[in-house]
Parts: sequence; structure tokens; C-alpha cells
Amino acid sequence: MKPRQKRFVFIAVAVAALSLAVGLVLYALKNNVSLYFTPTQVYNNEAPQGRSFRIGGLVEEGSVQREKDGLTVKFVITDKHKSIPVIYKGILPDLFKEGKGVVAQGKVEADGMMHAEEVLAKHDENYMPPEAADALKKGETANASAATSTPASAPATSAVK
Amino acid sequence: MAINWFKYSAPTNFYGLAGKMIPWFAFSAAVLFAIGLYIGFVVAPVDAQQGEFYRIIFIHVPSSILSMFLYLVMAGYAALGLIFNTRLSAMMATAIAPTGALFAFISLWTGALWGKPMWGAWWVWDARLTSELILLFLYLGYIALHASIDDPRRADRAAALLSIVGSVNVPIIYFSVKWWNTLHQGSSIKFTGTSMHIAMQQAMFTVLVACWLYAIAVVLARVRSIILERERNTTWIGELPEVRS
Repeated sequence: MKPRQKRFVFIAVAVAALSLAVGLVLYALKNNVSLYFTPTQVYNNEAPQGRSFRIGGLVEEGSVQREKDGLTVKFVITDKHKSIPVIYKGILPDLFKEGKGVVAQGKVEADGMMHAEEVLAKHDENYMPPEAADALKKGETANASAATSTPASAPATSAVK
Repeated sequence: MAINWFKYSAPTNFYGLAGKMIPWFAFSAAVLFAIGLYIGFVVAPVDAQQGEFYRIIFIHVPSSILSMFLYLVMAGYAALGLIFNTRLSAMMATAIAPTGALFAFISLWTGALWGKPMWGAWWVWDARLTSELILLFLYLGYIALHASIDDPRRADRAAALLSIVGSVNVPIIYFSVKWWNTLHQGSSIKFTGTSMHIAMQQAMFTVLVACWLYAIAVVLARVRSIILERERNTTWIGELPEVRS
């Protein structure tokens, strides 16, 4: 082999070995790299006990309740399988909405509620003007009502979605 | 027709070629920036959820893409320099680093400005944000390491090694939103299509191309000064009209 071929092989092997090493480290630290736990993980006792951690999911539709003091908010974080109630006192970010993504940090107390110190909104990757969002919502509700009235068409509509 | 690909890998020939190309890239970058930002800030509609705040993506996304892409190009040139011992490759890698660092910084900065009103936090230690910060540090580390070694050839080799090792980080940034739970949203632009309104897409892609052309123009200008500096004792530089006058 010419010297430059040797150097090429050396660099290629080194990069491959390094990628493998980094890959294994990140795989081992999988749970530490993730920013939050899902409610299902919390129910499976994968989340840390007795100390602060983050839960992420969607704000359940119709679950947001504001207390009389105007600051305290109660809502439910769900991942469509399990859900966890959250109580938070403070200002919510602009994107906080029912049915949208949210990440709350705090401790789950004995009452089964997360007492959050911080609530962050998680945005999705869809960017569209309000008219398009309205049209999409109308389409979804139309689909949903069609699906409930004629159950046979349900697989077809979900495939289109 | 046989093209001599290696002709322009000699700094002597590349210096003149780069000088001729710079105005074209710089001019088209300026035009596309104007068009892209006009579409982005005037033509594109407001976002259904974020209102006007989303317009930061016309700067944020192109600079993030460029910061990752330029790193791979830099590491590629560094590897070429190590393997073939060509002088120009190492000079190109050195010329790319500051522009890449600039884009990484803009990406982090605009992201923080957007994050405060939208997420409720300037900064979160999630995988996407942290790996992009590491990218900025890799750029800064490359620049610092290269500057700290006096002999340029040795500096090239040491910095090349650092940049090649660091290139492992780029796929981590790209896939971080898929592999882990992050606060950062997933990619709107995927290989399979986009989830964006058409005018928003046009604005973003126009600014992306503009950033690209800008990066090429700036890197070529920088590599010309690096050539002048490193080859200052050669006769061909002494004969250049801009040096003689």
C-alpha cells in the first residue's frame, strides 16, 4: 500500500471505531440523554423516585383548571395511554394549550400529582397559516364523525391521515 | 476532453480562480438574501400557533443547516489534507472554521430568542441544543488549536485530527430529535417532504441558498488571504500586481 492509502485506511478505521464507541456510550446513557419521561414510563417506575424530574406529553383536552388566585393551574399530561395530573403555580408559556405538547418539571408527591416548578411548551414541526389550521381541524372532526357513524370506514380514514 | 483536476489544487492557480469567483457568489448571495427575507417577513402568512414569532426560522433553520454542513465540509478538507498532504486542503479547512462557528452561534442565539416566548425558557439541556453547543465548541476548539501551534504544517495536522474526531457529532445533532425525547421539535424538512406552508418553505430555502453562497464567497476570500500569508516568501506572490503596487 502507498503511504496515502495507509493514511486513508487509518482515518477510516479510526472514525468507524470512534462512532461505534460514541454510539455505545449514548445508548448506555439513553435515559439520561432524554429530556423527559413519558407518563407510561412513570407508571412503570422508570422515573426517579423522590426527586425532581420532567414529564412530557400532551395537555389532555378539557383538563386545564385555573384556581381563583389566577396563578395556580391544574392540568393533566397524557401520552394517550397513561396520564398524570399536574399542579403548577406561575406563568405559562404562550404555546401552552390543550391538546398540545408540554414538558413539566417537578416532584410527584404522595397525592399522585406532580407539583411542577417549571412548565415548558413543546412545539410541533408543523408550520401553517391560521386558515389552513382551521381547515385541517374541520377535516379532522368531519373524519371523526364519519368514522363513528360508519365504523367500516374507520381504517380507510386513518390510513389517509 | 481531459480536465486536469489537480491544476486548481495548487495554491498558485487557485488564488486567481477564487478571486474571479468571489464577486459572483457575493452578488447572488446578496440578491437571494433580499428576496428570501422579503418573502419571509412580508409575503409569508403568520403561523396558526406562534403568530409572528415563528419568522425567526428564516434565519434559524438555514444557519443551523449551514453550521452542520460546513463542519462536514471542513472535516472533509482536513481529511484530504491529512491523506494527500495537499497544502490547499488544510487552508480550506482553516478558512471554513470561522464561518461555521458564526452560523452555529447564530443558530443558538436565534433559538434562545425564540425559546423564551414560545417554550418559556432561554435554554434547556436537551439533546439537540446541547449537541449544537458542542458543535460551536468544536469550531472554537479547532480555531484555537490551529492558532496555538506556530508551525502551520503541524497546526494543520493537529487541527485536522480534532475536526475529523468531531465530525461524529454532526449525525448526533441531526438525529437527536428522533433518538431521544427533546423539547426541540422534530425536523419540518425531511427527505420525504416538508410540513410547512408553501410561502414559508420558499422563503426558507431561498435564505438557505443565500447563506450557502455567502459562505462560499467568504471562505474563498479568507482562503486567498491565508494563501498570501503562508506563501508570502514565494516568487509568484512577489509578482502579483496587487502585491507589487
